[in-house]
Amino acid sequence: MKTIYLDNNATTQVAPEVLEAMMPYYCDLYGNPSSAHKFGGQVAGRIQAARQSVASLLGAMPEEIIFTSCGSESDNTAILSALNTERGKGHIVTSRVEHPAIRSLCNHLTRKGVRITEIQVDREGNLDMDQYKESLTSDTAIVSFMWANNETGVIFPIEEAAAMAKEKGILFHTDAVQAVGKIPINLKAQQIDMLSLSGHKLHAPKGVGVLYVKKGTKFSPFLIGGHQENGRRGGTENTASIVGLGKAAELAARHMDEENSRVKGLRDKLEKEIIKVIPNSRVNGNPVKRLPNTTNISFEFVEGEAILLMMDEFGICASSGSACTSGSLQPSHVLRAMGVPFTMSHGSIRFSLSIYNNEEEIDFVIEKVPSIIEKLRAISPFWKPAAQSCQ
Amino acid sequence: MWEYTDKVREHFLNPRNSGEVDNANAIGEVGSMACGDALKLTLKIDNNGIIEDAKFQTFGCASAIASASALTEMLKGRSINEAEKITNQDIADSLGGLPKEKMHCSVLGRQALEKALAHYRGEPQKEQEGEIICECFGVTDLEIERAIRENHLTTVEEITNYTKAGGGCEKCHDRIREIIAKIKEVERPVVRPKLTNIEKIRKIEETLEREIRPSLQNDGGDIALIDVIGNRVLVATRGTCAVCKASQQTLKNFVEWKLRELVWPELVVEEVIE
Repeated sequence: MKTIYLDNNATTQVAPEVLEAMMPYYCDLYGNPSSAHKFGGQVAGRIQAARQSVASLLGAMPEEIIFTSCGSESDNTAILSALNTERGKGHIVTSRVEHPAIRSLCNHLTRKGVRITEIQVDREGNLDMDQYKESLTSDTAIVSFMWANNETGVIFPIEEAAAMAKEKGILFHTDAVQAVGKIPINLKAQQIDMLSLSGHKLHAPKGVGVLYVKKGTKFSPFLIGGHQENGRRGGTENTASIVGLGKAAELAARHMDEENSRVKGLRDKLEKEIIKVIPNSRVNGNPVKRLPNTTNISFEFVEGEAILLMMDEFGICASSGSACTSGSLQPSHVLRAMGVPFTMSHGSIRFSLSIYNNEEEIDFVIEKVPSIIEKLRAISPFWKPAAQSCQ
Repeated sequence: MWEYTDKVREHFLNPRNSGEVDNANAIGEVGSMACGDALKLTLKIDNNGIIEDAKFQTFGCASAIASASALTEMLKGRSINEAEKITNQDIADSLGGLPKEKMHCSVLGRQALEKALAHYRGEPQKEQEGEIICECFGVTDLEIERAIRENHLTTVEEITNYTKAGGGCEKCHDRIREIIAKIKEVERPVVRPKLTNIEKIRKIEETLEREIRPSLQNDGGDIALIDVIGNRVLVATRGTCAVCKASQQTLKNFVEWKLRELVWPELVVEEVIE
């Protein structure tokens, strides 16, 4: 059975070009970039080239790029660095819909006496900018907002939010794990002090990430060790993955237009057809300010895990914000923050596409999903077709 | 990804007996859409009390659908007396087991069955009995107690897996712990201990009198038993012992050693300051 992979916000396939670029670093070029000999030293040059590629994708300078092990490490480093460098300040502003990398860390920090303000979102998942403005105080050490939401794809006005923080002299970090590679980013013109990204969300391998730290920003390392990354992140470099991420950044820049035209077109087609054919279904999140690859659709009267497993029978991979899928008993914190009723969030499915998807695959999903929903509704005690059609 | 057995997958993909029985004379409905799962069980019971037909409608995940499907298969052809004896564990067992986080799906089946049988007997729809402990999922203390007893649960996590209680805001976790402690207390087996407290105190007194006091008194000292708490023997020193710098050594190396040898090997002697 063919796999139709529409779960690219969870992880992506490693691009063939990326794998090809990485292979020598597992074989012939195994040297340590810190070594004095040429054999190891030549690898340092390749890491610099990768740093340049990532910087180009972000509109940053190479010396502003720190390679890490993952997006979560980058997020942790940014927040903990701010608490260290902004001595005496004990307040963090974030949002109610952040990824666990930020949410759980903030939750952990409250136990150490740090105050957290979580800015709310409206029904479309848009950030409450008035509440944000009022939340900034002289005690605020850092603001951290995700650039785009992993579950709904909703994009926050990061440039504007960063400028508001800067006006008050407050550090600004963004978890851009879902945004990088999907929408154009140019940090040169921005007031963003720190930005996190993760390799495996843009066709590089798992186990490599980046923390961008704007030149001149006070910084305190998280991993203390050797002089690697200019003394800002100890630990021998994950050379193969860093080279892979460099290649992936090049490819992402090259594919940016395709992502925002062809991929977006496929997403729009999938979403429009499903909503049209299936009654009592709706899209969650701002329909316009949204990543081009993501759609989050709720199907009333059925449960998400059951939908996922039935799609799995056809090789279709997606994810759900239902309670049963997460292993907790409450549906997704993102949908709850948006005020999506439980009856809708239990039946929510996220499809996230990539440039490796084609129209044939999308047509197959459009053909299969309605029959799956119909089958599950037929055994649901809440689905009354006759009554629904009267409404 | 959940580790479901082949049987769960098979029942989920090909559910048996889905729908509603015509002219059902036993109907049980439990759960709600907000909770994330719900089950409506309809039965047709003949004049001899045999379940002629059973059908289900489920809103929920794969294991909720499979549990309901398996339950209807177990019910068909059974007498209501037999049906009454079906537990949530029987439902889970018939599927080759369920992941522990999904045990509440089997509990849902048992609850719907009970309601259906009560409906058949013409018992009035009972108001929810007991006190709501988990506000998020509307679970009462009686339901929690029953799950603990029937499935030998010992932790909050297990109770959440079986009843959902405590799976939301988590504010009720302390209350759930109290219920676990209460049931543990009641169910603790009453076996005569090897050495009762009364015997222990008596033997300590005897040993002090016979083995310890004479030699302390030789040096102008003495010892008094103040209390025994579990294995802690609280004593006070008298006479020269009370001012002797070596009295701690004496208590540990002589008194405690003797008591351990002659009364109980886990005793600990502690001096109380009077």
